[in-house]
Amino acid sequence: MPLGDAATLKDYLPLLLQGIPITLELTFSSIILVVISGFVLGLGRSSKVRGIRWPSAFVVEFFRGSSAIVQLFWAFYVLPFFGIELPPYVAGVLVLGLNGGAYFSEVVRASFASVPKGQTEAAAALDLSAWFRLTRVVLPQALPLMVPAFGNALIDMLKFTALLSLITINELAYRADAIRSVLTEGGEVYGLTLLIYFVLSLIFSFGVQRLEYLANRWAGRGELTRRGPGRKGKSGVPRWAFPSRS
Amino acid sequence: MTGFSWDWQFALQILPQLLQGLQFTLEATFFGSLLAFVLGLVWAVIRLAEVPIFSQAIRLVVEFLRGTPLLLQLYFLFYVFPNYGITIPALQTGIIGLGLYYSAYASEVYRAGIEGVPRGQWEASLVLGLPLRRMWGRVVVPQAMRFATPVLGNFVISMFKESAILSTITVLEVIGQANIIGAATARYIEPFTLAGLIFLAISYPASRVIRLVEARLSG
Amino acid sequence: MGDSEVAELAANPPSTVDTVLTMHDVTIAYGERVVVDSLNLAVKPAEKVAIIGPSGSGKTTVLRLAIGLERPSAGSILIDGRYMWHIERAGVLVPAGERQARRARRPVGMVFQQFNLFPHMTARQNLTEPLIHVLSLGKEEANHRATDLLSRVGLATHLDHRPAQMSGGQQQRVAIARSLALRPKLMLFDEVTSALDPELVGEVLQVIRELAHTTSMAMILVTHEISFAADIADRVIVLDHGKIVEEGPPSIVLREPRSPRTQQFLRAILER
Repeated sequence: MPLGDAATLKDYLPLLLQGIPITLELTFSSIILVVISGFVLGLGRSSKVRGIRWPSAFVVEFFRGSSAIVQLFWAFYVLPFFGIELPPYVAGVLVLGLNGGAYFSEVVRASFASVPKGQTEAAAALDLSAWFRLTRVVLPQALPLMVPAFGNALIDMLKFTALLSLITINELAYRADAIRSVLTEGGEVYGLTLLIYFVLSLIFSFGVQRLEYLANRWAGRGELTRRGPGRKGKSGVPRWAFPSRS
Repeated sequence: MTGFSWDWQFALQILPQLLQGLQFTLEATFFGSLLAFVLGLVWAVIRLAEVPIFSQAIRLVVEFLRGTPLLLQLYFLFYVFPNYGITIPALQTGIIGLGLYYSAYASEVYRAGIEGVPRGQWEASLVLGLPLRRMWGRVVVPQAMRFATPVLGNFVISMFKESAILSTITVLEVIGQANIIGAATARYIEPFTLAGLIFLAISYPASRVIRLVEARLSG
Repeated sequence: MGDSEVAELAANPPSTVDTVLTMHDVTIAYGERVVVDSLNLAVKPAEKVAIIGPSGSGKTTVLRLAIGLERPSAGSILIDGRYMWHIERAGVLVPAGERQARRARRPVGMVFQQFNLFPHMTARQNLTEPLIHVLSLGKEEANHRATDLLSRVGLATHLDHRPAQMSGGQQQRVAIARSLALRPKLMLFDEVTSALDPELVGEVLQVIRELAHTTSMAMILVTHEISFAADIADRVIVLDHGKIVEEGPPSIVLREPRSPRTQQFLRAILER
């Protein structure tokens, strides 16, 4: 502990913790954009109309071509030159949301593609409207497949909000960095902050598991929700695969 | 701030500096991937072996690495090491950080790959009396890698893109160089756009190649 | 196994004279479900035994127990006079682990319903793998034997083909050759034709028939091919709910079965 420095980490703790609601707000704002853009781009890429498919593919590959941090810097430093002055919060959520949405769109595309064609055909034969077909027949079946990816995206958003500290947003990571420079200590504050993120991501994981259960229920997949002993399955590593002592 | 203008001469001028940064990017990606793939396998095997307590501990470590921001992990490594008298240059710290973070993801891929090998393969090996190292080395892992290889390939590409984050711990890779140029000349369009294009120019073809490999392996 | 059971075993060891496999009061249960119930089975050298019965009767489990893929909850298994899951220590039988099972299962071979060939290796390599790494043969000799065995099952032309390039019948024949490579004293066949298209069944049965007539291997076949079983088996065992309900020569078991369960089962099969 440097001499003459009366303040300790404990004194700055409230300041650090106040970053949590900001981080959560950013996370949820971003994930909403991820889902929206994911669906738009995912369905766009599945479209049979080239005029929709190609631009969608272009946007997706564009955002997947570099990392979030590069895009954040570009939005923060370069866009003003184009006359677009986005407040950091907006720029941050926009970049995270579109970047995450580009990745999520692949999952959306694959999930919709995996719903058997027979379903849409049967629905059409029953004279059900296109909207009904999409939302009440195809979507419920595609949804459970998207939930795990959604869960990953949610936790990714949580982690990526830390990058927003680099464009001057006063969330958790920013505060940790500030506290470190004030206290001029080693990385202890970062260790504590990492734990905070860890706890948050665990909470999110549990939430997502619950979501998965509900999504399977909605899709009528009761069997997948039961937490039974593992099936005497076709895979899984047998006990004797590892050297034993006896 | 001046309005939108693109100076081709300036762009060409700064390109060499950016490409210099690319060297560090590639170095970080290469060694980071190596570390991730080796460490990931270690985590995976420990978890699959279901060693009491130890396996659970590793599971926690993996969840921690995957569930917390890479940025903070890098900061932690960067500031903690010197405190305990260990001086590691920034690039190497970055490599360790990237390697650790991605090893958590790699371990999940290995696990999925190994668990995806059909039971019958394990049983045939047992029934034939194959030594364990042949069962693992010649039967199981080759089949697991069919699944794992494209995914791990994508991780390399991800790491390549993500390496930009090393600029936050003073590594002068592509984005780090772009930052310096921008701060020095007050011209941000050229350096950052070129940086973005460099990333795109490498990662897009690479991901197409991976997709080809994936198609080949599953065919 | 309880201590009292172990002690009892030591006092009254099951007769192992001249058997290639002995199962003594073998029971295996998964939680509440008893799959094999106090089974007693002895197979003599060169004897051919067929096990038939309704699905879920535990037939496959009996084979898996015989080769040590499953461990019994109670009872003992001996292969060629050697305990599979027990070690004798100072005159008392003590439960043992995988290492002991490994030693015990050496004389036993198994052919699976799903073939379980190594898909990334050629037919030849599927055979040389155990030849080199279990029998410690040199590369040349292993190759020689592999070629020999594959010719025996009629696949000399497919030596360097991968499983994906072969039909089901061909793959199963490779699987049989692979098991034969280790020269087992007891061969287990687990419904080896059930996963095959009907027109490919014959070629596999032909190979098995040839093995039955030309080798001195003991064989246990779990099968739905009743007429085939009648043809080559010395003894037929009918299993139901993990218990033996009928046992005897094929002529009796299959034509004049005593147990009503067997009659029911055979009627159902023949009516198909």
